[in-house]
Amino acid sequence: MMLDPLTLVLFAPLFGAVAAFVFPRAAAAVGLGAVLVTCGAVLWLAQQVLAAGAVTVALGGWEPPLGIALRADGLAVAMLAMTAVVGLLVSASALDALREARQQQYFWPLWLLLLTGMNGVYLGTDVFNLYVMIEVIALAAVGLTVLSGTREAVRAGLEYMYASILGALLFLLGVGFVYLQLGRLDFEGLNSAEPSGALSAALALMVIGLLLKTALFPLHFWLPAAHANATAPASALLSGLVVKAALYIFLRLSTYMPLPDEILITLIGTLGAGAVLWGGVQALRAERLKLLVAWSTVVQIGLIFIAFARAGQIGLTESWKAAALLILAHGVAKAAMFLAAGRIKDEVGHDVIRDLDRSSIRPTLAQFTFALAAISIIGLPPSLGFIGKWSLMEGAMAAGYWHWVAVTMIGTLLSVAYFSRVFAGFLRFDRMRGELAEHKGWAVADIAPLTLALAAISLGLMATPILSFLELGYPFGATP
Amino acid sequence: MPELTPALIYGVTGIAVFAIGLVGALCAQDRLRRVLALKLCSVGAGFILVVAAWRDPPDAPDPVPHALVITGIVVMVSATAVALALIRRLQSLEAEDDA
Repeated sequence: MMLDPLTLVLFAPLFGAVAAFVFPRAAAAVGLGAVLVTCGAVLWLAQQVLAAGAVTVALGGWEPPLGIALRADGLAVAMLAMTAVVGLLVSASALDALREARQQQYFWPLWLLLLTGMNGVYLGTDVFNLYVMIEVIALAAVGLTVLSGTREAVRAGLEYMYASILGALLFLLGVGFVYLQLGRLDFEGLNSAEPSGALSAALALMVIGLLLKTALFPLHFWLPAAHANATAPASALLSGLVVKAALYIFLRLSTYMPLPDEILITLIGTLGAGAVLWGGVQALRAERLKLLVAWSTVVQIGLIFIAFARAGQIGLTESWKAAALLILAHGVAKAAMFLAAGRIKDEVGHDVIRDLDRSSIRPTLAQFTFALAAISIIGLPPSLGFIGKWSLMEGAMAAGYWHWVAVTMIGTLLSVAYFSRVFAGFLRFDRMRGELAEHKGWAVADIAPLTLALAAISLGLMATPILSFLELGYPFGATP
Repeated sequence: MPELTPALIYGVTGIAVFAIGLVGALCAQDRLRRVLALKLCSVGAGFILVVAAWRDPPDAPDPVPHALVITGIVVMVSATAVALALIRRLQSLEAEDDA
């Protein structure tokens, strides 16, 4: 069999995970190697997609509906690239952040398994495979959540596990109903299906499962504790990448299946608005830095759903691009932010926001990184977050849906407010009396988060090529 | 009233089993009970897939859903194992704190 990039993207991390598990002493080397190979494969794939539009491979030569096909188009490759780059930099910082041998030993197999699942979701073309992949992601993500081994982390991990499995099972139930009606599960079959009430009900089940997994308000209850109590690299992966898998499936399904009726879209937008407001208030109240960052993820997820709903049913052909931009922007920026928060916690020794300005150690570069990431998440120009938010509001204004603009504005103000709580601590020196401890303000470990934060800002300047890349191979249903 | 075909009976049973599991997963306090409730959910979802395989005899049943159910069972076994391991770990951590 000829080696092709699609297969490589899926199997490099899978074999890497197995190898890292079998050779625990070489886990870090194997892990980094596998992530690098994956990055290379994504580049290769991006070239092919640029040249030819969507690329499809039937695994083992079996064509759907019986076999499993992988398909890569612009959106899939953009997500793959975001995942690979974020993953590479998080991997680099994990070398420093995870100091216990035990944590290193388990981090790499789990993270590579997670990468396998993520890539599988991006490339999957039938709903049952997506179910298997989200379960793989769930198991790996729970493992990463409890990596620190503290009681709070294990407790949060268990809650996460319950929510995640329930979400996946709701999805599976929906898959069962789809098969009952259509007798096939591949996207092509879904795309050509006649819209019916029963099919919409099946889709609704799947969507509820996905909303639980992506933590859209009010199904977000498991997220803050799970993301706040994990170790820094794990938090970055969970918040930057894992929640995006379910979001991505939602984005795909909503274009493949005859879902969208106006009321449903408005409902989704309303839930998003709830997330923006409730998450914003909770972030204002959070006492710990990592908890604040976790609540900001709840807000951002809400924002992505508002972007999806911004112009109602007619606007869906454009709205998914705004949502995709926000997904990419949040993935990069939130990973940077969690890594920076982890660095600050490492240096200062705690992450109680109120006492950040009392520390004698000032991890200046990590604080700078945090601020840069916040610029993208708040949505200030020229960051990618700004472009995402701008296209959200532009679409909403064009469609005359001013309420979404208002909610986005309020959410932006709230995010400025809660991030300012942190910046105030960074900028005040007067609270600390006595000698400043010896610390040069930066460390090699700050490079990875800083790179991510700079990418989050500068990708905004490349918004036009990113947007035209996203459109490659669109509409999703068309197979070349 | 629709005719009571085997497919309908099994289908409704599947939904009922899933619903019982759902209530348990959302309402139960005990950690182990919630795991068991999730198992019930998976049985319900599997039921629906098995029903999808139903063909009126003498036609042979559709093998694809059977393969899917087996995959689902494997996934659920691993998930249960992870959940049980976490519960045990949490219990020993809590016992340490109490001691």
